[in-house]
Amino acid sequence: MKKQITISVNGEKHTLEVEPRELLVHVIREKLRLTGTHIGCDTTSCGACTVLLNGKSIKSCTVLAVQADGKEVSTVEGLATAEGLHPLQEGFKENHGLHCGFCTPGMLMRAKELLEHNPNPTEEEIRWGIAGNLCRCTGYNNIVKAIQYASAKMQGKETPSTEPEFV
Amino acid sequence: MIPAPFDYAAPGSLEEAFSLLEQHGDEAKILAGGHSLIPMMKLRFASPEFLIDINNIPGLSHIKEEDGYLKIGALTREAELETSEVIRAKYPIFLDATKLIADPQVRNMGTVGGNIAHGDAANDHPAVMMALRAEVVISSAEGQRTVPIDEFFYGFYMTAVQPNEILTEIRIPVPGPRTGNAYHKLERKVGDYATAGVAVQLSLDENGVCTYAGIGLTNVNPVPMRAARSEEALVGHKLDAERIELAGQYASEDCNPSSDLRGDEDYKRAVVKALTKRMINKAIERATS
Ligand SMILES: Cc1cc2nc3c(=O)[nH]c(=O)nc-3n(C[C@H](O)[C@H](O)[C@H](O)COP(=O)(O)OP(=O)(O)OC[C@H]3O[C@@H](n4cnc5c(N)ncnc54)[C@H](O)[C@@H]3O)c2cc1C
Ligand code: FES
Ligand code: FES
Repeated sequence: MKKQITISVNGEKHTLEVEPRELLVHVIREKLRLTGTHIGCDTTSCGACTVLLNGKSIKSCTVLAVQADGKEVSTVEGLATAEGLHPLQEGFKENHGLHCGFCTPGMLMRAKELLEHNPNPTEEEIRWGIAGNLCRCTGYNNIVKAIQYASAKMQGKETPSTEPEFV
Repeated sequence: MIPAPFDYAAPGSLEEAFSLLEQHGDEAKILAGGHSLIPMMKLRFASPEFLIDINNIPGLSHIKEEDGYLKIGALTREAELETSEVIRAKYPIFLDATKLIADPQVRNMGTVGGNIAHGDAANDHPAVMMALRAEVVISSAEGQRTVPIDEFFYGFYMTAVQPNEILTEIRIPVPGPRTGNAYHKLERKVGDYATAGVAVQLSLDENGVCTYAGIGLTNVNPVPMRAARSEEALVGHKLDAERIELAGQYASEDCNPSSDLRGDEDYKRAVVKALTKRMINKAIERATS
């Protein structure tokens, strides 16, 4: 019953044998050992498992690995380059966009697609844009600021003040 | 949670999919976005033995006006409605609805066809399709048939789609001038299913007399429901406050909500009344602007 699938993860091709019932998040974490992608709720609610599938943010706890056959997967491990952190990662660091960090990989991947579609989102658009990602720690304000920081940086604009807001 | 074992195929054509359906009968399920089916399989509410993934079948994903219809391919993702030019220009009701369906990641996977084919009165598209008097195109090895939305929902998770068939397209009659539509649902938090939801489409003549009314209700009846008496109260009349009040009253009387964690029956009836009035007003505003 096993199926052979080929997925490209952060640019690297992998050919794997999977059962049809295996979830993409399990293949990413347990077979490819990329444990940056987290499992929070396992019920499509929290967004901790968010990765990009052909550039679109999806919750990998609710996608079968066989559905990703022939597609490109991007995870948080692929964000930073030899030149340094991705502007989003830098934004989260500068703005205290995380406390425990559990939600962060999912937030980053969701924000990545958001900024690709809408490079200069309003605060409201950012808040609707991350509506599928839950954070138990930050109160979201610094996450919004982190995304605003990345938005400015990616457009070559001056980045906003990084005075953190503690709530 | 991992679903129970099943076998899987992703055919590249409708013909192949039909022959797989033929082979596996009602042991098989169609997999579209998977965002209703996979959660149910993880919870063992569903354990199909075979999944037929239709995502590799070309021709099932489009949004276009043609032959007097707005045609939406079954595999069209919710997210695609949000960015479609024709939807933005003429069918703002879909923008109202999609914004309130789950969250961006779910909308990247979930399909319009799947949202209806799931046959769940808690989903938002069924009420919208009722307000717009959509027709559902269902295909099989024998050919195609078209089912009006009022004959589509049979019962809890049951629709007109038979085990050998695939829902391929939804067709919405292109509305005439001075038409407005709107949808809203009350939800406890972003991403929640509706406590109650109301979809309205209205057309007016030059004198402001209502010539068409479509009103669909979400999650206040075992199956998606048309507020027929409310529609009748509007058609042929000028829509003054009294008429609108009456339509709201009828909808709240005719629905059959059950008391649950989202609210008790009386509360939900009150929500239906308030939302019906509000959506009628919003549809009028859009029809006249
Ligand atoms: C966390 C979460 C929140 C959600 N919130 C909402 C919400 O607020 N409002 C809302 O409306 N929905 C909501 N949904 C449901 C979501 O919109 C689903 O994606 C949708 O209901 C089903 O579409 P799908 O393409 O994922 O279908 P699938 O899950 O693939 O299929 C659903 C059912 O329909 C059948 N089917 C699908 N396509 C076809 C076809 N073309 N022909 C024949 N049968 C077919 C399948 O066999 C299955 O039985 C939510 C889902 C999640 C996970
Ligand atoms: S683990 Fe996938 S959404 Fe929470
Ligand atoms: S930083 Fe802890 S959950 Fe978001």
